[in-house]
Parts: sequence; structure tokens; C-alpha cells
Amino acid sequence: MTENVDNNKRRLLIAASAAAGGVAAVGAGAPFVLSLMPSERAKAAGAPIEVDVSGIEPGAMMSVEWQGKPVWIVHRTQEMLDILTKHDTELADPTSEVPQQPEYCNNPTRSIKPEFLVVLGVCTHLGCSPTFRPEVAPADLGANWAGGWFCPCHGSRFDLAARVFKGVPAPTNMIIPPHKYLSDTRLVIGDDSKGKA
Amino acid sequence: MMNLLTKLVGWIDERFPLVSMWKEHVSEYYAPKNFNFWYFFGSLAMLLLVIQFVSGIFLTMNYKPDALFAFTSVEYIMRDVQWGWLLRYIHSTGASMFFVVIYLHMFRGMMYGSYRKPRELLWIIGMIIYLALMGEAFMGYLLPWGQMSFWGAQVIVNLFSSVPFIGHDLAILIRGDFVVSDITLNRFFALHVVAIPLILVLIVIAHLVALHEVGSNNPDGIEIKKHKDANGKPLDGIPFHPYYTVKDGVGVMGFLIIFCAIVFFAPDMGGYFLEYNNFVPANPMKTPEHIAPVWYFTPYYAILRAVPPLFGSQFPGVVAMGIATVAFFFLPWLDRGKVKSIRYRGPLYKAFLASFVVSFVGLGWLGLMPSTPTYTVFSQILAVVYFAFFLLMPWYTKIDKCKPEPDRVTFK
Repeated sequence: MTENVDNNKRRLLIAASAAAGGVAAVGAGAPFVLSLMPSERAKAAGAPIEVDVSGIEPGAMMSVEWQGKPVWIVHRTQEMLDILTKHDTELADPTSEVPQQPEYCNNPTRSIKPEFLVVLGVCTHLGCSPTFRPEVAPADLGANWAGGWFCPCHGSRFDLAARVFKGVPAPTNMIIPPHKYLSDTRLVIGDDSKGKA
Repeated sequence: MMNLLTKLVGWIDERFPLVSMWKEHVSEYYAPKNFNFWYFFGSLAMLLLVIQFVSGIFLTMNYKPDALFAFTSVEYIMRDVQWGWLLRYIHSTGASMFFVVIYLHMFRGMMYGSYRKPRELLWIIGMIIYLALMGEAFMGYLLPWGQMSFWGAQVIVNLFSSVPFIGHDLAILIRGDFVVSDITLNRFFALHVVAIPLILVLIVIAHLVALHEVGSNNPDGIEIKKHKDANGKPLDGIPFHPYYTVKDGVGVMGFLIIFCAIVFFAPDMGGYFLEYNNFVPANPMKTPEHIAPVWYFTPYYAILRAVPPLFGSQFPGVVAMGIATVAFFFLPWLDRGKVKSIRYRGPLYKAFLASFVVSFVGLGWLGLMPSTPTYTVFSQILAVVYFAFFLLMPWYTKIDKCKPEPDRVTFK
């Protein structure tokens, strides 16, 4: 019996059925793996949001939720904007070389309108949400503090354009999410008409 | 490459009986060479166990066992979770197909006398699997928290309350509440997802160990171990692998074609696999006009309804239903036939088995129908036929005119 076996044919048939079975297994497994990806509900929670920025006092910050994360909108005063240009040497990435912002926010103020900064309130170190400290030279942050964010978790410091200072754990500037203005005061976060975030 | 693999197997084998287990249960497990179509259903039941486990685990990731959220979480799975509809339809179709396969597997055992000595314990373990499966299906059916889930559970749990003296408290103990409620849902979830699956796996392993201890029966109902070659291998046996792994592979392919056709084209099977009323959220204030269990429970449900209340109690009907379910356990001792297989049985056994099939299917159909006086009479007649199959078995199997069994299995 065994001497009549065509081993080449047998190997071919085994390889062919294994290949066909493998394709079927991958195809059958795909829906299971894909079901672990964000559902339509989760995706809807990540949809763009609309914010009215007219109520934010100069110098104040508003926090909104987008994709389950805090997004900050800061109404910067002229004094705040003036400070931004004065400490470039202390910053890790003063000119925002690292692409942590959309192309249209790659400017000294990291914003579309200089007075409104829109930033994802998540520290680039380990994901804590830093504290807004707009005051100048408070006792706990030292005389050099010119306003910005301080991360309570590991002490990272950011200026009022959410740029990171040198010598702190956070490696990069905070992320500017895609956004656009529908009118002077209507802001959309998560959509800049160049594809959704 | 092959050398490395051989070394790895050798390394494992010095620490774990890998090769000897493979040989004992697969490559050198000798099964009769005359298996036919009816022998597909054991491996298909194993396949369904795997399908239900995998689809069930993925459903659990999105399902919420809470009366407030259960129904909407199932809708969420159906509409929002990517491929969630497929996971759910695989699981619901799998439940019904599990019973199709198990019923055919049991019928195979009855036809060929697979429950007879020395396979009594194998049969009993199998029956325990069947009961566990019924519990698993019943509790799983509550989870979508639709109208049929709720009222089906309400009716079934109330069966227990008809037990004399302790019934009322027993029903409360099962529900954990005075009505089927969030508490009931929560505990049924725990049992459906953790406890019974764990038990099922253990008794399925016991079923296989028992099978491999006594060896498989075959369509001729004779022992292949009576004729062995010089090496002690049964002359009419062939190794399970590769012969039956390949044969069962064909069965799996055929089965999956049917399974996929149902999943993709008729997942509710015209209201028999998924009842239409279950697409309405559970409402404890309003009973649907017609309540029927899912099809796999209906033969027993029809027997329950066929027995009229005695002494103002529904308990006799519940007892009849219980006996109808556990009657199978006693087959090994009820059967006094000189032969095992239907091939060599006389006309009496064949007639009784045929009438049993008619009564089982007929009761199943009647259990789906609303109760009318005519249908109740039909149910009563068929229930008598059902029980006659078991109760008269010691008599008709003994006087039946059997044909002589062959010495060796018949094989073309």
C-alpha cells in the first residue's frame, strides 16, 4: 500500500488545503478581532464638538471634553502673548519642529487666532492633565515662572503656548488638536475640513 | 527546522506525557472502520462548544448584565459594535444548532445501542452534558432581557414553585427575588458565563475519557475488541487520526455551510431560533399573548401542558416533564435486547423507536402551538407514546425477534 503513495501529490494537497484553511481561519478570525476596535458609539464620542468661545474672559481658560480627553481653550491677553517671545532659549522646541500641531498652527503662538490657544490638555510625559497657572512668579513655582502649565505628576512645565521647557520629564510640546472657526466665536474641535482627527 | 521541532517535542515529552496522550487519544485510538453519517455529530458537538465559547467570550466584552442596560447593550452589539451582529448571530444560531447536533447524536446512540454495556457510564455522562446544556441555554436566553426572555424565565422558574411544601421558597431562592428581576439576571449571567461552561468542559473531557476507555460502538453494535491482530490492535479498527480526523473534517465543512447559511440568511429562522417577541424589551407589566419556549425545549413543554392539574396542583405535569427528561438515563437498564444495533433488531423495537421519534417531533411541534382542546388531546396521546417507549422497553426488547449479529463489522 505505502509503495503506491504519490508523496509529491500528497505534499501538494496538504499544502493546498493548509493554505486554503489558513485563509479561511484568517477570514473567520477577522470579525472577532475587528469587534475589539472602537464601536460606532465610541467613534461618535470622538466626533467633532462645537464650542462658543465668546464667554471666556481675557486671561481665563475653558476646559471642554473631546474624545474623552480635556481640551483647553485659553483667551490670552496681549501681555501673555508678549511673554511668549521672551524665553525661547529656555524651551526644548521653541519653533515647534516636532509635529505636535496641525500645519496652520505651526507659528509662534501655536494657534489660528493669536488670542485663542486650543490645546489638548494631556501632558506629553505620561498622560496626566497639567494645572493651569497663569499667574507670574508665584511662590511655589519660582521667580522665573511667567505663566503656563505645571504638571503635578512629575513636574513638567509648559508655557502659555503649551511649549515644554528644557530639563523637565515631558519630551515634546503639548498637542494642538485639529480645529477651525465657523465664525468669530464658534469653534469646532476635531475637524479642520482637512479630514477628521 | 524539523529537527528543532523534534527536539522541542522531546524536551516537552520528558516533562509532560504529550506524545503518549496524542497516541492514546488520537493517532492510536482505534475506532471501528464502519462509522457512517451518524458518527459526525460527536465531533460537531465539540466544534459547537468551541464556537459558543469564542463567540460568547466576545459577546461578554460588550454585554451588560443589568436589567436597565441588558436590552440596550444587545442592541448596541447589533448596531454599533463592529461585526457585533455576526458575533451574536453566531452565538444564537450556535445554541439552536447545538441542540440539533446533540439530538442527532443521542438518536445515533439509541439506534445503535451505544448506551448498552459497557458504555452505560459514557451514556450517563452524555446525558449530564445534555442537562447542563439545557440549563446553559435556558439561562442564556434570559440575558437579552426581551419579552420572551423575561416571561420564559418567569414560567420556568414558577415550575419549581409547584413543588409541594418547599416550592414557593425554592422559586425565591432561584430568582433571589419575588419576581424575575435584575438580581435574577445577574446570577443567571454568572451561571451562564462562568459556572456551567466550566462544568461543561469538565464533563465533556470525562465523556471522552470514558469513550476512549471502553472504545466506540459502531453501526453493527458489536465489539471490535473481540478480534485483535498479533499486536493487540482490533482487526476492524482504524486509527482515529488520520482516518476519522479527515472524515470528520468533511462533516465540519458540510456543517459549516449550513451553519453560515443560517447565520447570514435566516438568523431568526422564521422566529424559531430567535423569537419575534424577544425584540421587545422585557416588561413585567405585560405578558405577550403567546408564550412558547425555544424549539429545543418544546417537546417537554408540550408534556407539561398535556398533564391536567391534579388535586389543584400543577406539580404532576412538572413531574411528568422531569421524568421525560431523565428517562434517557435509564435506557442501559431498560433495554433487554439480545443485540444492540437497530440493524439486527426485530420489528417491535423498530416500530417503538419510530413511534418515539414521531412523538418527540410531534410534541415539539405542539409545544410551539397555542394550547387548544384538540391540541391538548394530541399532546396527551403523544405523551403516552413517548413514555410507552421507555416503560415498555424491558418487555418489547426481550420478546423481539432479533437477527443474528455478524462476527465482524460489515463494511463495503
